[in-house]
Amino acid sequence: MQTTANTFPRLLLNHAKQQPDAPAVREKDLGIWQTWTWAATAREVRDFACGLASLGFKAGDNLAIVGANRPHLYMAVVAAQCLRGVPVPLYQDAVAGEMVFMLEDASVEFVIAEDQEQVDKLLECRETRPTIRHIIYDDPRGLRHYDQPGLMSYEKLCELGRAWDAAHPGSFDQGVAAGEPGDVAVILYTSGTTGRPKGVCQTHASFIAAGRGGVETDKLGPGDNIMSYLPMAWVGDHLFSVAQWLVGGFTLNCPESAETVMNDMREIGPSYYFGPPRTFEGLLTAVSIRMEDAAAPKRWLYAKFMALARRVGADILNGAPVGFGDRLMYGIGNLVIYGPLRNVLGMSRIRVAYTAGAAIGPDLFRFYRSIGVNLKQFYGQTETCAYVCLQRDGKVKLQTVGGAAPGIELKIAPDGEVLVRGVSVLKEYYKRPDATAEVLDADGYFHTGDAGVLDAEGHLRIIDRAKDVGRMAAPGGAAAGAMFAPNYIENKLKFFPQIKEAVCFGHERDQVCAFINIDYEAVGNWAERRGLAYGGYVDLAGKPDVLALVADCIAKVNADLAAEEGMADTQIARFMVLHKELDPDDDELTRTRKVRRGFIAGKYAVLVDALYGGKSEQYIETQVKFEDGRTGVVSATLGIVEAKRFAPMKAAA
Amino acid sequence: MSTRKIGEVILDVQNISLSFGGVKALTDISFNVREHEVRAIIGPNGAGKSSMLNCINGVYQPQQGSITFRGQHFKHMNSRQVAEMGVARTFQNLALFKGMSVLDNIMTGRNLKMKSGLLAQALRWGPAEREELAQREFVERIIDFLEIQLHRKTPVGRLPYGLQKRVDLGRALAMEPQVLLLDEPMAGMNVEEKQDMSRFILDVNDEFGTTIVLIEHDMGVVMDISDRVVVLDYGKKIGDGTPDEVRNNEDVIRAYLGTEH
Repeated sequence: MQTTANTFPRLLLNHAKQQPDAPAVREKDLGIWQTWTWAATAREVRDFACGLASLGFKAGDNLAIVGANRPHLYMAVVAAQCLRGVPVPLYQDAVAGEMVFMLEDASVEFVIAEDQEQVDKLLECRETRPTIRHIIYDDPRGLRHYDQPGLMSYEKLCELGRAWDAAHPGSFDQGVAAGEPGDVAVILYTSGTTGRPKGVCQTHASFIAAGRGGVETDKLGPGDNIMSYLPMAWVGDHLFSVAQWLVGGFTLNCPESAETVMNDMREIGPSYYFGPPRTFEGLLTAVSIRMEDAAAPKRWLYAKFMALARRVGADILNGAPVGFGDRLMYGIGNLVIYGPLRNVLGMSRIRVAYTAGAAIGPDLFRFYRSIGVNLKQFYGQTETCAYVCLQRDGKVKLQTVGGAAPGIELKIAPDGEVLVRGVSVLKEYYKRPDATAEVLDADGYFHTGDAGVLDAEGHLRIIDRAKDVGRMAAPGGAAAGAMFAPNYIENKLKFFPQIKEAVCFGHERDQVCAFINIDYEAVGNWAERRGLAYGGYVDLAGKPDVLALVADCIAKVNADLAAEEGMADTQIARFMVLHKELDPDDDELTRTRKVRRGFIAGKYAVLVDALYGGKSEQYIETQVKFEDGRTGVVSATLGIVEAKRFAPMKAAA
Repeated sequence: MSTRKIGEVILDVQNISLSFGGVKALTDISFNVREHEVRAIIGPNGAGKSSMLNCINGVYQPQQGSITFRGQHFKHMNSRQVAEMGVARTFQNLALFKGMSVLDNIMTGRNLKMKSGLLAQALRWGPAEREELAQREFVERIIDFLEIQLHRKTPVGRLPYGLQKRVDLGRALAMEPQVLLLDEPMAGMNVEEKQDMSRFILDVNDEFGTTIVLIEHDMGVVMDISDRVVVLDYGKKIGDGTPDEVRNNEDVIRAYLGTEH
């Protein structure tokens, strides 16, 4: 039951007309699921909007929304839009000091807060930012005796709204009718890990297009259920729980509390689910631990059928041809293992599940797909409504984030950066024309800051942050060669438990070489089990057996790279295992344990020269700082090892 | 932040003396508790704090003295009568049904409010069912209030200690008490659990206007959340007043820190 309305308030009103009695929102309260129908939702939105209007909220004003996923807060989003105002969801776990910046930046005068905790924070903000005039709270607990000016409960505001509505007949409808698709629908703040947060302005048109693309791709509509449990200020939640909700007309389900999400999910049995990779990982860990405690026959059955699932499960889900015998066995497995397992995970009715936000481990991804959970990836950022690429059913490849979403054009810049143009690209950064100009070019392309490649089917593979990506020098020193993504290769290396850190060089060189740090604990264990005697880190790192062990890992990574398009040239040619651990105390790593590539290249210039100079070993003395501040010298002769390389292969799905 | 009004004296303890054989647990103790206040009883180990609570609660019957509750004068209290008058308590060593769920444990606190008979309750027949639904709703509000929704169906014995204490508080709250006696609600808790519990105690006081009498060892907590403090030492009252007054009281300092000889 899609409607073609072009603003969010109109979408809501259309649903209220077309499916008034269908459930729009549910919330578990006092142990019982409470339901708002579309008609009830529209009515509350109207009351709330009129209440805001009665306090003087007008077109162009911003309404800050602070709290967890509560139905009233989602209604507040649409209510602000009904008046041509702009909702500004903020992260509820931000401390007052961080919140002040956003409240100030967005000139907020009206706020709706979830509860006492948030109200206290806002009152604290108001001490430095007195223009916050009205604070509306949803949950009155603990707030009974507050008498600060401008504080009002949700119920009271709706009451004012009904009176205002009666006194100004038609005003609300005029407001909704006046809304334009080009109006800013929401301001979402970027997390601000790099510099201070920026408010991303997205219009009704962009978010509706992004929502519609997702809804049509996965055929979502009335009858579908989604859990809304991720922060409302995060673009992903806004896409799933607001844009797709209002476009598709399915049902939002708000958990009883942040802790009960898993239980609530099992009760609802959502058909549509989103979680960051760590959620999926946490679920799998919980299952694995419980399986280890199970009785022996059950463990045997589990191992047996999971092996089958790993072999054919993903193919069955992708619709690839699978033999009759395997199909039959998978059917039995579905009855005895996969089905019950999905039930425990709350995923019995899942048609579509998405993950994004970080790279998902291959084993994890395969596990869910193999037991029949249609887990897919998408790619996007706040500036693109989290809507750039998504994986289509039947075309899911682990390495990629899928093809361009409907209405989106992708282009890879000469330096490897992913450029995006299309329906979901931001209008601007709020009050920051300078920042807007930096990311939006004259042709309307948004510069994502991520480096990626497109494969033969047009699927995007994100490999690195663009600023880290370099270029290989072509053999013979001619023009620029292949793209070189150091983090991408290093992450592949660090995937091995034996390798703690890796540093790759290759920018403007004709080959890639690497420094490796072994993981002292893992490799030490390995050495002990093999009866290999060693006297400390330096000794262990120099053992020929250890070098062979690392060479094996590198050969596997090279095989991987050879199979990937555009990566074959960046296979590691030579490596050496460093004689000391890279350490933040020696400035080799940042405090968050990121490799400082430039600094290391300078400090160990002798070694780098040796790697590229065709030597077979190199002596080095390094000063190290001990924890008590004294310094000492570590010296060693490091062997340089040639790594096994592979001929480029055609990518296999 | 709150404008909670402290009312008239609701509970007045006069000249209580309690002894077990030759051991004098309490000697001539008098103090009062005002409506809506948070009143703490502190003192070193063996000072008689729990005995004092047990006298108010009707578990012990003091040899001398009297207790006035809401204008009614008692020589000593009777525990059922006390409960019916709206005094609930939690215990230093938890008194919960370990094998029963959180929900059922808190339901037991509603027992006094149930009117229908045993048989009707067992059959969930007519009015009994309606009554149980109403009681259940009340219990759900407490579960919501104490933020233990996740553990609603979990047997209490499987919960960590800090949460069990919270369930114990929930069971006491289910009685809709006017006065809540808390016996060391924060014993054995870590800092975070103590903070949570302090917040819940203040919320109960603020939200329901419940008068609270608590025994506690953690001085920081006591000084932060109480309106007035009574200090006992060897069964005698050595201090009474606001946290600041008590903190500066010479006798109290001596009892806690010892004297210079």
